[in-house]
Formats: sequence, structure tokens, C-alpha cells
Amino acid sequence: MTENILEVNHLEINFHTYAGDVKAIRDVSFHLAKGETLAIVGESGSGKSVTTKSLMGLLANNAEVMGGEILYHGEDLLKKSEKQMEGIRGKDIATIFQDPMTSLDPTMRIGRQIAEPLMKHKHFKKEKAMAQALEILKLVGITDAERRFKDYPHQFSGGQRQRIVIAISLVCYPEILIADEPTTALDVTIQAQILELMKELQSKIETSIIFITHDLGVVAGMADRVAVMYAGRIIEYGTVDEVFYNPQHPYTWGLLNSMPTLDSEHLYAIPGTPPDLLDPPKGDAFAARNDYAMKIDTEQQPPFFDVSPTHAAATWLLHPDAPKVTPPVEIQRRYKIFSEQQETKIKANQNLAEG
Amino acid sequence: MGKYLVKRIFYMLLTLFLVATITFFLMKLMPGSPYANQQKMTPEQLQIMNEQYGLNKPVWQQYLIYLLGLVKGDLGTSFQYSNQPVSYLISSRIGPSGQLGLQAIIFGLVIGIVIGAIGAINKNTWIDTSSTILSILGISIPSFVLAVLLQYYVGLKLGWLPIADWGGFSYTILPTIALGVGPLAETARFIRTEMVDVLSSDYIELAKAKGLTKFGVVFHHALRNSLIPLVTLIGPYTVALMTGSMVVENIFSIPGIGEQFVKSILTNDFPTIMGVTMLYSAGLVVVILLTDIIYGIIDPRIRLTGRRN
Ligand SMILES: Nc1ncnc2c1ncn2[C@@H]1O[C@H](COP(=O)(O)OP(=O)(O)O)[C@@H](O)[C@H]1O
Ligand SMILES: [Mg+2]
Repeated sequence: MTENILEVNHLEINFHTYAGDVKAIRDVSFHLAKGETLAIVGESGSGKSVTTKSLMGLLANNAEVMGGEILYHGEDLLKKSEKQMEGIRGKDIATIFQDPMTSLDPTMRIGRQIAEPLMKHKHFKKEKAMAQALEILKLVGITDAERRFKDYPHQFSGGQRQRIVIAISLVCYPEILIADEPTTALDVTIQAQILELMKELQSKIETSIIFITHDLGVVAGMADRVAVMYAGRIIEYGTVDEVFYNPQHPYTWGLLNSMPTLDSEHLYAIPGTPPDLLDPPKGDAFAARNDYAMKIDTEQQPPFFDVSPTHAAATWLLHPDAPKVTPPVEIQRRYKIFSEQQETKIKANQNLAEG
Repeated sequence: MGKYLVKRIFYMLLTLFLVATITFFLMKLMPGSPYANQQKMTPEQLQIMNEQYGLNKPVWQQYLIYLLGLVKGDLGTSFQYSNQPVSYLISSRIGPSGQLGLQAIIFGLVIGIVIGAIGAINKNTWIDTSSTILSILGISIPSFVLAVLLQYYVGLKLGWLPIADWGGFSYTILPTIALGVGPLAETARFIRTEMVDVLSSDYIELAKAKGLTKFGVVFHHALRNSLIPLVTLIGPYTVALMTGSMVVENIFSIPGIGEQFVKSILTNDFPTIMGVTMLYSAGLVVVILLTDIIYGIIDPRIRLTGRRN
């Protein structure tokens, strides 16, 4: 069993607004093991960014943590002082934002921006910090790094800027890297390069990654495990194979169904819109958009039902008394792939045992 | 850059030429004559005076003489003080005005930036509200009202500082405040707005995510980015100081250019009026040019592209 460096338990976060309290995060729990990549997937507004900001201790002023804990090496980050959090941010837990065009200070040379965390956390003198910053700039694949070190952000393309942001986030070799939709703002070809770079650096720097995205398409190649978020809750989690090929929650079905495939002519979209988090529905928040919803879905929040030791989903469909339903064709196709995989695995294991 | 500068300087000279022309003819249209006790003068005396100052020549000749003088740096002779060149009059009075203006702008900028930044950092708290109220007050109270109030309360009632006149540094304090409060309030409001904007930007979020202290984030990232656009206000501030100085220097009896200017207007001293007008105009166009150059130097985005995106 690998060690969990991060454990989030029953996190609840509200935003106080003039219209009332937005219940943005509702009973969210997940964990992150050393060296792994956890993807958090969900439509926009599902609470992904709020979750990551709570890990950094950078929630907006009108946010209030109503309950839960964020254990980093067993210590609750929610109980840390601002001073203590400053010592963790950028050193142990670092982050990459969505839009590289606005993430860098337009009036500061990029070399200095990369060196800043070193001066803050490692108390390096300016020269030493700059030298190390230059090394990391080379590592993230900026060509002609020596010359470009003193350039300003506007002199770089979007993809290059995201590489610089990655350099900033990794310069102190953090244990956890939170990437909040790091490729959403980029062209498809650049996206692939950035993802490739992140994977490459992950193995060099041995960091764990929380990879936030609304696009399941980029998850498969990146993540070890996936958590699916909807309306402030995690509704299904498991290994990549489990979530992609043995999904149990109708919302996960919908997400997978709406992924563009090579031969699909029409792009499927989940009908309807997410619920209002000022007044979240009583039962399963997805019920109103769910073709498979049962009466109980509108009345009572489903608990997590285990599918495997690593896989669980919060849907009443998994209750022993629930009627059997036929999932969409695309999901059935995936189930078939999953059972084939399982069979080959079992066979391989048998061969091993016999051999 | 060189070509750009040449073009800018050409336009500056053109502006000054237009200002000179317009003021010259406006002066000619103005009623009244420069002689104090005209009624008591005999026609012969008047004749002599007019000849002495070249006022008997046709207007177009006077205009050409004036322009020619300007090119040579000769601003003519004052009517007010017998045979004093205007340029001497100005240079003997530029010291107090310059000192006062400089002190006022430094006072206004420094305090204004601090108040604006504090307001932005504490956005929507009572601190922010009070700093906003203060800057609205500062913008709406005319400098002459403030000058008189300061004179009365701080100078007369409390007796802390000299009421008027020009001596050591203590004499400059009240006029500096009276003159500087406008720019101060304007700066505070401007910085507050800019900084609220900057503080909500992604790069500030990233700066916080690096683990920088609140002070580090504000000082190294937010302040710099909010200060750059402040440069655009230097031009308007110069104008405010020039006009303000006329009033404030009079109220505090400061032997500066503003005070002289008002005196010259009251006595129809055309050459001095025109001289000071030209000085103010030249000062302003130079400041505007410098502003653009400085802006280009401190904002890396225009430094290379020539334009801010
Ligand atoms: N400062 C805030 N005040 C009020 N509501 C907020 C605030 N920040 C986020 N929210 C709300 O929290 C929910 C989750 O937002 P977010 O985590 O940004 O979604 P996403 O999954 O797209 O990253 C949304 O409904 C959003 O409107
Ligand atoms: Mg987001």
C-alpha cells in the first residue's frame, strides 16, 4: 500500500453571497498517493477550482469552510495559520492555472518570476536562485533559455508561457502539483506537448499531480485514477480503466458519451443544466437530467456503493434492490472492453500462478 | 525612435507657435491699456510710451517682432516694472514656484499612492470607505478654500506654521498641502481602482500560490503594475499645479510665477502675460513628451511593440 500524502475528508465549502449561501463543495473526500496522478473531472461550475484553491489555502474572502479536513502528511491544512500556509504554498504544494496569457506578471522578467519561490522558500541569494531558475527553464523546453531568461511574458507564445508557469510551479520540487485545466486555453497540438512535458517532469521530479479538467479526452493518457465531480460532490471515482470502461453513475455515462470519437457524427451533450447551488436539490443532484432517475433519486442523496476496492459510485442504481437498467450503447461497448480486459488479466494471473 | 522624436518635437514647436499666435491676438483684443494712471498722462507722454514699447506700430509688425524675439529667446520687456526684461522677471521667480510644485507633486503622489493602495488592499471595508470619502473630499474642495482654511486654523488659530510669505522650509508646508491635495486625492482614487483590478488578476493569484507574503505580493507585483498607468496623469497634474499655483501663491504671498501672472493680468502687462503663458505651454508639452517616453521605458509591453495591448 502506497502512502497517501494528501487526504481530503468530508470537505464542505460555502460562499456567502447577497443571494444567499452557495454550497459549492458538498461532502467531498478523496486522497492522493505518492507519485500518482489523480484527475478530477466535471463540467464547469462543478467545484473543481474551489477544491484546488482550498488545498492551497487561497479561497476567496466570501468563502467559508463549513466542515471537513485536508490532511497533508496527516496534518490538517485548514488549521494552519496564514504564515504556515505561505511556507507550504509554492514549496510543497504548487499550482498551474488555466490561462497562461494572464498567469504571468506582465512587468517582471520571467527569470525573476521563476526565481521568486527559491528566494522565498530556500532563502537563496538572488544569483543562486537565478542560476537554478535558468536550469528549470531549460528543463521545461524553452529553447535558447539563456537569452530568453530576461524577456518579458508578452514576448512568449501561449504554449511557451504555460511552460514558464510549469517552471515556476516546479522550481522548488513540490510534492504535489495541482494543475487546474492547464491546457484548456491552448491549441490542440500545444495541449499534447504540454501534457507530454508534465508527464516527463513528473517522473523526473517525483511529484504527485492533481489534474483538473472538464475534458475526459485528456485524462486517459495522464491519470492513474479519476474522480468525477458534479454539483459540488464527487459522484464516482476509480482507476482510469474502471471509470472509462466500467462506469456506474449515469452522469459518468453522459460524460463518456459526449466525448468526441473518430466515427461519431453527432456530438452527444447531456441535456439540461447543473442545479443551482444556492439551493441544491434534496436527492441526487443529477436526477433532473438523468434518464435513468428513479423516485428515490429525487428524495435521498445516494451513498457511495463500492464496485471494487478502488472503485465506487454514488448512485441508487448500485443498490441491491435497484432494477437492472440497460446503459447507453456506447457504455455497453465499454463494458465489453472492460470484461475482456479483466479476462486477460485473470488469464495472465493464472499463467503466472501455474508457470 | 529617433524619427519618432523628431516628429514629436516638430509637433511640439507647432503647438507652441499656435499658442504664441493665439495669445498674442487675444491680448490685442483685450480691453484696457498697460498704463496705470492713463487719465493723468498727456497725449505727448502717451506717445512717448507707445513708441518706447513699440505699440504704435501696426499689429502685424508687432506680431512679427514678437515671434522673432521668441525665437531668439527674448520675451520682451515688462510694462509693469520699468525696463525689466520678462525673461528676468520669470527667472527670478521660478525658484519658489518650482520648489512648491515639486514638493506638492511629491507629497500628493506619495501619500496618494499609499492611501489608494491601502484602500484597495482592504477593499469594501471601513478603511476603504474612509479612504474613498477622503479622496472625494480632496477632489471636490477647491485649493483656494483649503488654502484659506489652513491659513486660518493651522497658521492663525494654532500658530504652528507661518501664515504667509516666503522664508525657510516651514513657509512652504501649508502652500504645499493646499496645492498637493488635489493630485493626492486624484492619485488615491486612481491607484485604488487600478489596484483592485490588478489584485484580482491571475498573476497575483500565482504570486500568492508561490507562497509570497501579502506584503511581497503587493510590493513586488501589484504596486508596480498599478503604478505604471499613473504616469499618464503627470500631464494633467502639471496643469493642475500651474493653475493652482496662481491662487495659492497669491493667498500665501509667495513670490512665484503664479503670483506674478495674476499681477500682470490685473495690470495688463501683456509681455509678461504672454511670457508666462509661453512658459506654461512649453512646460506642458515637454512634460507630455517626457510622459510618453517614460511610459515606454517602464512598461515593457510598449517598450518593444510601441503599443500597449
Ligand atoms: N467567490 C465566489 N463567490 C460565490 N460563488 C463562487 C465563488 N467562487 C466560486 N463560486 C461558485 O462555486 C461553484 C464552483 O466553482 P468552480 O470551482 O470555479 O467551478 P469549476 O469546476 O468550473 O472550476 C460555482 O457555482 C461558482 O459559481
Ligand atoms: Mg475552474
